[in-house]
Amino acid sequence: MGAQRPPVDPDVDLSVPRQRAELRGGTASLLAAISVGGMVGALARYGLTVTFPHPPSGFPWATFAVNVSGCLLIGTLMVLITEVWAAHRLVRPFLGVGVLGGYTTFSTYAVEVQQAVAAGAARTGLLYLAGTLVAALAAVRLGVTLTRLATGVDRKRSA
Amino acid sequence: MAVILVALGAAVGAPLRYLVDRAVQGRHDSVFPWGTLVVNVVGSLLLGVLIGGAAVGTVPGSLVNLLGLGLCGALTTYSTFGYETIRLLEDGARFPALVNAGVSVVAALGAAFVGVALAEALWA
Repeated sequence: MGAQRPPVDPDVDLSVPRQRAELRGGTASLLAAISVGGMVGALARYGLTVTFPHPPSGFPWATFAVNVSGCLLIGTLMVLITEVWAAHRLVRPFLGVGVLGGYTTFSTYAVEVQQAVAAGAARTGLLYLAGTLVAALAAVRLGVTLTRLATGVDRKRSA
Repeated sequence: MAVILVALGAAVGAPLRYLVDRAVQGRHDSVFPWGTLVVNVVGSLLLGVLIGGAAVGTVPGSLVNLLGLGLCGALTTYSTFGYETIRLLEDGARFPALVNAGVSVVAALGAAFVGVALAEALWA
């Protein structure tokens, strides 16, 4: 396992020396970057869910699109900043932990499934539950693969 | 006004996820992403309580925006969860990846149901 091993946890992975050292560079700037990023991401999510509302028994397309697009973007981002560039120490906290973490949501996803079931649309709820999981994981994979192809990095070489 | 409340909640929720994740990881030495699992389940439980409380008229909409869509929305994450699951698969940790996906979805959904039921039991 080489020094280039990408982290498992994109928020913070204490097995990665660069990330263990993050807090030493200044806790305030780190948490501020995450906080501002979180606001930006959450507002984008809020804007989309307000613009494209769904009835309680309907398919929550807005949250679906948010979570799947956020997963595509985290795949792209993590390849760029761990395999292609040596990014500034606040880039991953701001974009990955903050913006994409604030943009995507697990709580709304879980409660929307509960609401669909409570509204008598269990089938829609289960379809949404499984559909988001499959599409989100495929989106991460697609983001990682496309970005590696586009930038010409081969992780197998450095691993 | 709703926009400001969502932003304020997220301003706290996102760094809270980072700090909880860090604290959880510091307590054990495993590749399994316990930190993300914890925030996603806790956030789903809290949002369930808020939405359940709003349905029976106890929790005001402003609190749902601040703590629900803002704080819980930013505290929980699908992107981190998805990336971790794919990274485990790439590292050949197929079983932990499947367990992470299954347990995250089932536990968060269970937490949402418990949260709504709790709100109804408390306030309905």
